[in-house]
Amino acid sequence: MFRFILIRTGGLIGVLLAVSLLTFFLMHWVPGGPFDAMTAATAQMIPVELVENMEKLYGLDKPLWVQYWLFLKAALRGDFGYSYYASGRSINELIREHWPHSIQIGVLTLGFSAIVGLGLGIFSAMNPGKWPDFLGTGVSLFCMSVPSFVFAKLMQYFIAVKLGWLPTSGWEGWVEPKYWVMPVLANSLGPVLTLQRYTRSAISDVMRANYVRTAHAKGLNRRRVTLIHIFKNALTPVVTVAGPMTASLITGSLFIEGIFRIPGLGWYTNAALGRRDYPLILASTLLWTTLISITYFVTDIIYALLDPRVAYVKER
Amino acid sequence: MDSADTATLSTSAVYRSVGQAFWYRLRHNRRAMVALGVVLLEIVIVIFAPWIAPYEPGETDYEALWSPPTAKHWMGTDDLGRDVMSRLMYGGRISIAVGILAQITQVVIGLPIGAVAGLMGRWVDYAFMRLIDILSSVPNMLLYLLMVLVLPRGFVSIVIALSVTGWIGIARLVRGQVLSLKTTDYVRAARGMGADTRHIIVSHLVRNTLSPVVVSITIGIPGSMMAEAGLSFLGLGITPPMTSWVQMMGLYQAYIQTSWHLTVFPALVLSLTMLAWFVLGDAMRDAFDPTIQV
Repeated sequence: MFRFILIRTGGLIGVLLAVSLLTFFLMHWVPGGPFDAMTAATAQMIPVELVENMEKLYGLDKPLWVQYWLFLKAALRGDFGYSYYASGRSINELIREHWPHSIQIGVLTLGFSAIVGLGLGIFSAMNPGKWPDFLGTGVSLFCMSVPSFVFAKLMQYFIAVKLGWLPTSGWEGWVEPKYWVMPVLANSLGPVLTLQRYTRSAISDVMRANYVRTAHAKGLNRRRVTLIHIFKNALTPVVTVAGPMTASLITGSLFIEGIFRIPGLGWYTNAALGRRDYPLILASTLLWTTLISITYFVTDIIYALLDPRVAYVKER
Repeated sequence: MDSADTATLSTSAVYRSVGQAFWYRLRHNRRAMVALGVVLLEIVIVIFAPWIAPYEPGETDYEALWSPPTAKHWMGTDDLGRDVMSRLMYGGRISIAVGILAQITQVVIGLPIGAVAGLMGRWVDYAFMRLIDILSSVPNMLLYLLMVLVLPRGFVSIVIALSVTGWIGIARLVRGQVLSLKTTDYVRAARGMGADTRHIIVSHLVRNTLSPVVVSITIGIPGSMMAEAGLSFLGLGITPPMTSWVQMMGLYQAYIQTSWHLTVFPALVLSLTMLAWFVLGDAMRDAFDPTIQV
């Protein structure tokens, strides 16, 4: 196990380096710099000398390789520098301010889609060909064919504008459900779809397995077979998708946050892209990469715990 | 089809080729046929849009600005009095073409990479797998956005942006397929009987990899359409005067309170199309799978 952790940690460092390189150069390749964007936004001409001084201040006049090296050295100390847009504020501070909103929406979405997705999946697998199965298929077809932002917009129109049941947008934290009901519903289309499909196929596979038939034949009661033989074994494939899903949910969706005006990280990163706020784009990309790599890693460990046949250590 | 025909077909099941069995199963799946009908109908409509559409896509009707659906304009008009239904017909060209071309591009990149990684193994496999690890650790939407901003605005750029990471799925699929086929008994038997690598690749690997790839393309098309929709919604899709379904929706989302038709109709058309492709893809997967009884 120790060797496994060591290999994976090395892999994570490599991936982080590669992703930071890729993002850094791609981002600088996009035409227009942070102070051009500022000029465009304020519709005022900023004197050339001022722009030059600003660029010097932030090190933007140096060659790209030097800039990357400086970024890397600071990032290793956990320092991602200062935002070009929100002047005087550090990137860490901005992430600390915006990320919690995304985490809350993400966790709420995860909870909701776990209940609906797992419930529908189990329900339809246990009753193949009957109405729960059709309900499950119907819901998953809906989730597949309606993009989350389309659903969000339509809900906003019909529920908030036409019926006036909920406010169109806004965010007051998880304590105010009227603001997060629509964002969470729209955000859970994808997760519900994935969880429902994986759970359904995992359970119907297990139900056809010989050991389940044996368990029934031995005369074990249905509840015991369902809980111990079916659910426990069907859980493994579901866990593999749930991990990465969690990582991308808690970093926020730029569509949902944009449509419902939630000041989360997904929306803020998208805005930073428009403002060419390089340090923020880099930092939030790396945050995403780290989270997703960690969840893959944790998923693999849980996988090994759930299924004793899986062994990572014996490689070679 | 009468019962006598069905009887002869099912008794001759053993002799039918994979392709014939596939068509037989697909033809007898009603849901799949409806979906195929929708898909083909839409393709015909967008191709023949100049003859079918009641108006030119850029034609303005100043008598009817922001018009809700009327007898004259079935799906209403936009701020310049352009007919929404006609624009949807023309916009479908972009939406559908992006979906199909992005999938083709992804297969052209992903299939050889997956096949080479699976066949060669060792360091080639290792190198491609690490590349895939890296690309799948970048947030997808961010990469799309960066690519679209870097490349000149236009149709080709959208397809390229969607393909930069899109090939990963196909490459993984093909690699897995090749790896598992390599160890099957019939491939080993063929090799034991002296078949050369070329023969094994052509008549065993290619043939058995084809059907999952076809299914993956069919299911991937609505996926690519959704990604294009996302870019369009953010205003980074195709540039005016050309249009796509969601570009319209993204453009007029602020006016939803007064002109709902500018959001609702594109949304409905997009969803219906994606639904049809997904259902078709699912049915194709079932039709290719000999273990499922239809």
